[in-house]
Amino acid sequence: MKDAFGIPQSLLVLGGTSEIALATARRLIARRTRTVWLAGRPSPALEQSAAELRALGADVHTVAFDALDPESHETVLGKVFAEGDIDMVLLAFGILGDQARDEREPLNAVRVAQTNYTGAVSAALVAAGALQSQGHGSLVVLSSVAGERARRANFIYGSSKAGLDTFAQGLGDALHGTGVHVMVVRPGFVRSKMTADLEEAPLATTPEAVATAIELGLRRRSETVWVPGALRLLMSALRHTPRGLLRRLPV
Amino acid sequence: MPADTVAVSGWGRTAPTNALVIRPRTYEEAVTAVRGCGVRGGIPRGLGRAYGDAAQNAGGTVLDMTGLDRIHAIDADSGIVLCDAGVSLHRLIEVLLPLGWFVPVTPGTRHVTVGGAIGADIHGRNHHVAGSFSRHVLSLELLTADGEIHTVGRDTPLFDATTGGMGLTGVILTATIQLQPVETSLVTVDTERARDLDDAMARLAAADDHYRYSVAWIDLLARGAATGRAVLTRGDHAPLEALRKGTRARREPLAFRPARLPAPPAFLPDGLLSHRGVSWFNEFWYRKAPRARTGELQKLATFFHPLDGVPHWNRIYGRGGLVQYQFAVGHGQEETLRRVVRRVSEHRCPSFLAVLKRFGDADPGWLSFPVPGWTLALDIPAALPGLGAFLDALDQDVATAGGRVCLAKDARLRPELLAAMYPRVDEFRALRAEVDPRGVFVSDLARRLSL
Repeated sequence: MKDAFGIPQSLLVLGGTSEIALATARRLIARRTRTVWLAGRPSPALEQSAAELRALGADVHTVAFDALDPESHETVLGKVFAEGDIDMVLLAFGILGDQARDEREPLNAVRVAQTNYTGAVSAALVAAGALQSQGHGSLVVLSSVAGERARRANFIYGSSKAGLDTFAQGLGDALHGTGVHVMVVRPGFVRSKMTADLEEAPLATTPEAVATAIELGLRRRSETVWVPGALRLLMSALRHTPRGLLRRLPV
Repeated sequence: MPADTVAVSGWGRTAPTNALVIRPRTYEEAVTAVRGCGVRGGIPRGLGRAYGDAAQNAGGTVLDMTGLDRIHAIDADSGIVLCDAGVSLHRLIEVLLPLGWFVPVTPGTRHVTVGGAIGADIHGRNHHVAGSFSRHVLSLELLTADGEIHTVGRDTPLFDATTGGMGLTGVILTATIQLQPVETSLVTVDTERARDLDDAMARLAAADDHYRYSVAWIDLLARGAATGRAVLTRGDHAPLEALRKGTRARREPLAFRPARLPAPPAFLPDGLLSHRGVSWFNEFWYRKAPRARTGELQKLATFFHPLDGVPHWNRIYGRGGLVQYQFAVGHGQEETLRRVVRRVSEHRCPSFLAVLKRFGDADPGWLSFPVPGWTLALDIPAALPGLGAFLDALDQDVATAGGRVCLAKDARLRPELLAAMYPRVDEFRALRAEVDPRGVFVSDLARRLSL
């Protein structure tokens, strides 16, 4: 169960090697979380993540999960929920792709869309159904500021996150009053292995900062969380910037 | 019978969960409801005054017992009442006070049911002389997981597991309670100020036998030499001769007329209770109290239930809700109490409700909260940054000193500390496994702490 501050005792991470997810898990283990399920494609990295969290004192299990195989989601996640209540599901998988290459090779672009959007739609709906029958729980969805406004530099990734973001907002409305809390997290540029080759954007943040914001959001039962918070204002301005002008801005 | 799936939370309004709320109107309906509980089980609920998650059951059934609220029999000579578990203490007082009887134990609110009072084994300002509620329960009828109704007498394991058992042994349907005789509906109250915590503790300890009711309000925002300064209010039921002849009070000595103010609006923002605001309130409250005043006559409701005058007062804590932290430590652990008060005062918790009491002998309930010694209860806005970690540290200190936190108030205890605080929890688990092998009775509290 969650405690008075929204901290879960059990956590299911979809995308078990995500740096943001692991930073969040570490933070929650330091508070109340005792059981963690790391779902992802079987790999040494997944096992290593599990070992790292185990060392912090949590009871950690790994489970084979593939975002690109939505047919399997019901079975795979069903098994996890059958083991006991899950107080929080963190949907953290996603790929950045390579914008220039993906524009040349449409099948790669489709893979980004299928992972970030289609796979997330399926996994989130399965998780939401299970949380609803529990009568409680948080579904935390990692979106991105990139989904807020199309930008030349990353619109393939951005459009997939835009789809996910809109979907998660709607899901949150659909689940309002069911005891299930859906929280959309929109980080800006996060310094991680995913962005190691990219030039850093303004207001860059870290996985740890995102984890802190998630913990605060859980306590406040927030519906949307921006990391850092200043991005809410900046993106609000950017959202209303005319396209002709935006094209010429160095963003 | 009426049933609806709704979000349910405790009085603190933290961590709500959804449940099917069923309101049985007869014992048969209650039996049907218990037998029909699905895989996520059920839990009885009274008026929802437990602060935490003791009367919620995520994804399962919550049995709202307030529909079963008949008073079956009153023996006006010996002061014994047989009533349904859904009857509130408010109703009992309304009915019984004119007959010269008062409830034996009352917490800070009258709006709790008899079933809830037994399930949480509530205590009041008279614990040092009267013990907790269960001491005055002669017997009860319990609807267990198999759908059978049992009469449970005192000095049986089931009785001791049920009193303080947080509703997890079954649904209490009726109770027979021994009442307390009174001559009037007034209380003679002595008020005095204590300049710091030690002063307050010394004064409380010195006069255990002088007063039936005894409590100290503590200003937890006072710092330095004034840390723990307090206002002590102590008293006893006023005898008839204390009322002046010819007054209305003397003509109707047993009248019960609680005042009632309008409720705060349903939606208030977080952060209304700022540190500064509460600090000013505390300063005012301390200064307002007389240095020493004796024999003041107060209405029962004013003395025992000041907050009941404001319905839904928990709303002032905003959407984030509130956490009540109540712990008890035994005699000889005064240093722990002092340390906690010092830390709360240093942490600047905006708490305007902090109450210090002394506990007398414990009652046999396995999970009953009181232990002979001291108890401090404080309300804190749940939105206060860093509160979770801060209270965890206090828990550790309290557990090390052999103390415990109150389960009826809890919404956040670390499960690892439970066994240290409640040494009989394993017996409780074993009895539950015996009388409820399928785990029909379960609550969010039970899941959170693996009760």
